[in-house]
Amino acid sequence: MLNVQTSEIENRAVKLGTTDGTKVHAKDVNVYYGDKRALFDVTVNIPDRSVTAFIGPSGCGKSTFLRCINRMNDTIPICRVTGKITIDNEDIYDPSLDVVQLRARVGMVFQKPNPFPKSIYENVAYGPRIHGLAGTKAELDHIVQTSLEKAALWKEVKDRLNDPGTGLSGGQQQRLCIARAVAVGPEVILMDEPCSALDPIATAKVEELIDELKQNFCIIIVTHSMQQAARVSQRTAFFHLGILVEEGATNDIFTNPTDKRTQDYITGRFG
Amino acid sequence: MTTERKSLLSGFMPWRASRSEAPAVTSKAAGPQGAKGDLMNEHIVKSYEEELALLDKKIAHMGGLAEHILGQSFDALERRDPKLAEQVVKTDKQIDQLERDIEEQVISMIARRQPLANDLRHVMAALRITGDLERIGDLAKNIAKRALAIAHESHPKPLMTGLRHMGELALSQLKEVLDAYAARDADRALAVWRDDENIDSMYNSLFRELLTYMMEDPRNIGLSTHLLFGAKNIERVGDHTTNIAETVHFLVRGVNIIDDRPKSDDTSSTLFSQG
Repeated sequence: MLNVQTSEIENRAVKLGTTDGTKVHAKDVNVYYGDKRALFDVTVNIPDRSVTAFIGPSGCGKSTFLRCINRMNDTIPICRVTGKITIDNEDIYDPSLDVVQLRARVGMVFQKPNPFPKSIYENVAYGPRIHGLAGTKAELDHIVQTSLEKAALWKEVKDRLNDPGTGLSGGQQQRLCIARAVAVGPEVILMDEPCSALDPIATAKVEELIDELKQNFCIIIVTHSMQQAARVSQRTAFFHLGILVEEGATNDIFTNPTDKRTQDYITGRFG
Repeated sequence: MTTERKSLLSGFMPWRASRSEAPAVTSKAAGPQGAKGDLMNEHIVKSYEEELALLDKKIAHMGGLAEHILGQSFDALERRDPKLAEQVVKTDKQIDQLERDIEEQVISMIARRQPLANDLRHVMAALRITGDLERIGDLAKNIAKRALAIAHESHPKPLMTGLRHMGELALSQLKEVLDAYAARDADRALAVWRDDENIDSMYNSLFRELLTYMMEDPRNIGLSTHLLFGAKNIERVGDHTTNIAETVHFLVRGVNIIDDRPKSDDTSSTLFSQG
């Protein structure tokens, strides 16, 4: 009994030790779409095991920056990225880096739930299988179950794992996509407006899930809902016209922002 | 009525006579101003902007009424005027109603608008200030009621003068802090906050004076006790005024005042035996 307690305390200490570390570090990041410059010298540190929210009006560059973190922008031919982004001090734009491996480490959830047109089971099992994470069927079953549990979906789908994923409700589909992202054991999860297509109940479930996932992952969320950013994140970054205007503790940003542009935006005064 | 009030006030509170505008509204309409003092843009949603302006208008109205009855309560006490005292009680009901109004509006704004940043501080400040003003109204009512109790006592001039000075100071502080709110001026609020010390020290000396007066002749105890409670009420008005000053500072700067306020009310530890 005593031993259990001691190891629990140790575990907690280990966790605490890693909480304030920087997971993702960006320095002077610029993004160009052809001749058009979309991001201007973005420098930011994103801590591990916490939720960081990116807010800002449409076209401000927040999604563009999010997509730099798992090199999704590589898929756009005219897009050019300069500057440096590291995850655990490792340069993710290093030419020798395997982009597929990077995307396993940095999962992504999109605005519209986009499950594969396959069964619920296959949606989650697909990633671990192609990355060779499971040797046996039993191991794969285990990964599928724990991933669905982490995404708070297991109880709702455990009796119909072979039904098509597209048959689930919108909120369930989004949690299925989160389970799919979690299944490959990522370190960072990027979420691009994950709740904008969901009703308030489904939104609350996803937010509760984000809150739980932050114990183990570095989560970055882009959202248009100021209230959502205020509810789920520990840190908030405000982008405007491609510039990172202000970044700080969520509490400070929403009660006493230092920059007038931030204040105007979050209070609904942008002219 | 207005002229009567003016002449009444001109003797009692000289600065009041010069203010010819309606007594109920003290503050200039508060323009929407930025947290850092620069001019704010307007809300995209006009009705939101209007609600915030309405909140300030109600606070200004309530503040004006509180100032008004506080002045009247001093007059009532000095002149032992039961009619004036009744008026104070009546106006205080209006203040209570305004407090309920403002509370309701703030709750509804939080529910419907989810205000953030300076807007959040704005509605929270309104909620806190309305509470302090309501208490100030109650204290004025309490002072006025004492006018009835001491109606037949003798009239010790030096004591009344002391009380009047203290009242004047508390009233000018209240006016100053309401103007600081309307102008979103944190420095002015800070000055009010610091100056409360003066009210405290006046209360101290008045406390000692009344104590001596009671010791001289036990027949003075009745009157002196009422005046002492009156003085204590004024001192409490000063405390609520400092609360408002703190709120204004928080509203404008987004941080609480961290200094220790100079305190000079030591009556709670004053001994009764002499020597």
